[in-house]
Amino acid sequence: MLIINDLNVSIQDKEIISGLNLEVKAGEVHAIMGPNGTGKSTLAWAIAGNDAYTVTGGSITYRGRDLLALSPEERASEGLFLGFQYPVEIPGVSMTNFIRTAINEQRKYRGLSPIAAPEFLAKMDENKKLVGIDSKLTNRSVNEGFSGGEKKKNEIFQMAMLEPTLAILDETDSGLDIDALKVVANGVNRMRSKENAIIVITHYQRLLEYIVPDFVHVLYKGRIVKSGGKELALELEEKGYAWLKN
Amino acid sequence: MEPILKALTLKEQLAEQFRVHRDIICRNDTPFISQARERSFHRFLEMGFPGDHMERWRNTDLKRALSVDYDLDVEAPASKMDVSGILRCNIPHFNTFLVSLYNGWYLSENGAWITRPDGIVIGSMAMAAKQYPHLVEESFDRIEKTSRNGLEALNNALAQDGIFIYVPDNVNAGQTIQLVSMVDYTRNLFLQNRNLLVVGKNSRLTLVHCDDSLNHQPSFTNTITEVFLGEGAVIDHYKLQNINDKSTVINTTLFHQASNSRLSTHGTVLNGGLIRNDIYVDIDGENCMADIFGLYLVDKDQHVDNQVQVNHFQPNSVSNQLFKGIADDRARAVFNGYIHVHRNAQKTIAYQSNKNILLTDKATVNTKPFLEIYADDVKCSHGATVGQLDEEALFYIRSRGISYDNARLLLMYAFAAEVINKITIEPLRLRMDDLVKKRLRGELSICDQCVLNCSAKENTVSFDIDMSKI
Ligand SMILES: Nc1ncnc2c1ncn2[C@@H]1O[C@H](COP(=O)(O)OP(=O)(O)OP(=O)(O)O)[C@@H](O)[C@H]1O
Ligand SMILES: [Mg+2]
Repeated sequence: MLIINDLNVSIQDKEIISGLNLEVKAGEVHAIMGPNGTGKSTLAWAIAGNDAYTVTGGSITYRGRDLLALSPEERASEGLFLGFQYPVEIPGVSMTNFIRTAINEQRKYRGLSPIAAPEFLAKMDENKKLVGIDSKLTNRSVNEGFSGGEKKKNEIFQMAMLEPTLAILDETDSGLDIDALKVVANGVNRMRSKENAIIVITHYQRLLEYIVPDFVHVLYKGRIVKSGGKELALELEEKGYAWLKN
Repeated sequence: MEPILKALTLKEQLAEQFRVHRDIICRNDTPFISQARERSFHRFLEMGFPGDHMERWRNTDLKRALSVDYDLDVEAPASKMDVSGILRCNIPHFNTFLVSLYNGWYLSENGAWITRPDGIVIGSMAMAAKQYPHLVEESFDRIEKTSRNGLEALNNALAQDGIFIYVPDNVNAGQTIQLVSMVDYTRNLFLQNRNLLVVGKNSRLTLVHCDDSLNHQPSFTNTITEVFLGEGAVIDHYKLQNINDKSTVINTTLFHQASNSRLSTHGTVLNGGLIRNDIYVDIDGENCMADIFGLYLVDKDQHVDNQVQVNHFQPNSVSNQLFKGIADDRARAVFNGYIHVHRNAQKTIAYQSNKNILLTDKATVNTKPFLEIYADDVKCSHGATVGQLDEEALFYIRSRGISYDNARLLLMYAFAAEVINKITIEPLRLRMDDLVKKRLRGELSICDQCVLNCSAKENTVSFDIDMSKI
């Protein structure tokens, strides 16, 4: 589904990702771990198409297409979703409008007519229950005045509404209480299927007890220095990253 | 140097016109008013047009607007014009009492003067000079004495018509009065309008006032509107400006508030070559409220300047200024908000906020608060921001599948909505909402008459993105 080949990404002429390779197949869940500042979010931004992050080399192929040739909105409409590490507040844009607009723009891209209001509302209700947020939040402006945890839940809520094929969740578990963590994990697990794939970026092995990954990768200084199964996460929890640095 | 010479020429031309047409200009006057005109004209000749030698005109340059050759139109149109074709309000569920200033001349299906069953008088200023001479004389006397610049003096000298509204005490003018000032002249028109609104004790008035162009001819409109709120009076005042790129509007509005009165004035600039709004609010009573809101959307080489001065003369009143604007291309926006709290005005609460978005690096904003506070027990705040569209928010929106153009639109609209949402008349708010969306999409033409529509086939705007609430 996603093939990243020898990827280089720079921010303001500083190379952050250097020669990264990663392949994610449909049905898989990958976890990316690694110390602070090693480029995990940078990788996520580059996949989502934030042009502040310049791809200086390599390729990203998504479902057989050159992802780098697409705009961020096209990538989203092709089924890519990024759960932001720091979700952005958008004063004046109501949650409901935002999501409905996003759904309809994606549908337009796919040649579908706008979603019918009853269907949309039913979907809203279902997913609000799923992630445990109420209408008080969805009636507000996007993320405005949301607590840290509410913002993260809102990312999962949006993911559930947009039904992506590939979701990248950048530290969606950070700052969540244990119940919220289960809610997030539940949201992610519901998305798991043979057709979909998920990349979770996390610092905590704890999340991976709820979202059991097929692969765990360690990102260090802009490249993947070690890959393994879910037991690698346990090993990292125990030993830290120092042993990988050489 | 050339524009200055031209400006002088215009001044000389006006002097010539005043001399030649004095009898026509003074036709409806009382002797008092004629004399006030005379003195004001000399005042204008002394002061000249405002320029950057004046603090309040430092950021607005009239040279280009004054370098155009203009005509005065001193004679009211002879034939009775049929305005019904031009004036058709098309806001659903919005029933207004419609009057117009057509090239500066009062025009109404109800004739030049009407006293409604509820006692409200609506008519032309020319008629008011006969019917309510003392009110009109007082107005000319005031402006003569307080003229802060040559244009105010010029208005006092040349203004022959405008709207006059008198609401007696204890009357609720249920129906909104809608005034459309439209310029539709074959040559370049230089016009002065003078409006006077007097709202009695515990009375209530809603007025929607639109400035429009019906063609692409340059024009220069210099208007003074005086508004009096009696004790306990409530006024909802809306101003909508959508004039062509070659036209200039200098719009001076003076509000006078007596105790317990509530003023809300809400202005939207949708289009215009040069628009200058001078809004004065004199709070000369206790327990008053004054909301002064403004939204301006400018692009190309347009220039908009909002000057607000709130004078708190008495204790225990609240004023609140909120102005927001978006400037695109090479457009320039100016905002100066003055709050003057006099010594006696204890327990005043006065807020001011001005927020701007610049869409290009050629667009400019000049914003400055001026606070003069002579009372010690007051609460005042002010804030001004100038920024770009939030890049992070743009990316966030796009990452959900919303196109770049629509993401920008969504952010601009969200920014503007804070001001639009202050409109309390639902059908008007929805209509304004439409117009602003259209404007932001670059689809607004001057034919979209403010809240009217000359071309008759008006549809609501359907956005690619639907921003309505569900
Ligand atoms: N916009 C930016 N401008 C300058 N430097 C940046 C920018 N974004 C990221 N960086 C730098 O790039 C490096 C990688 O950052 P990135 O956010 O990808 O790390 P991360 O692995 O996600 O870290 P964390 O675990 O703390 O979230 C860091 O050194 C960071 O300071
Ligand atoms: Mg990160």
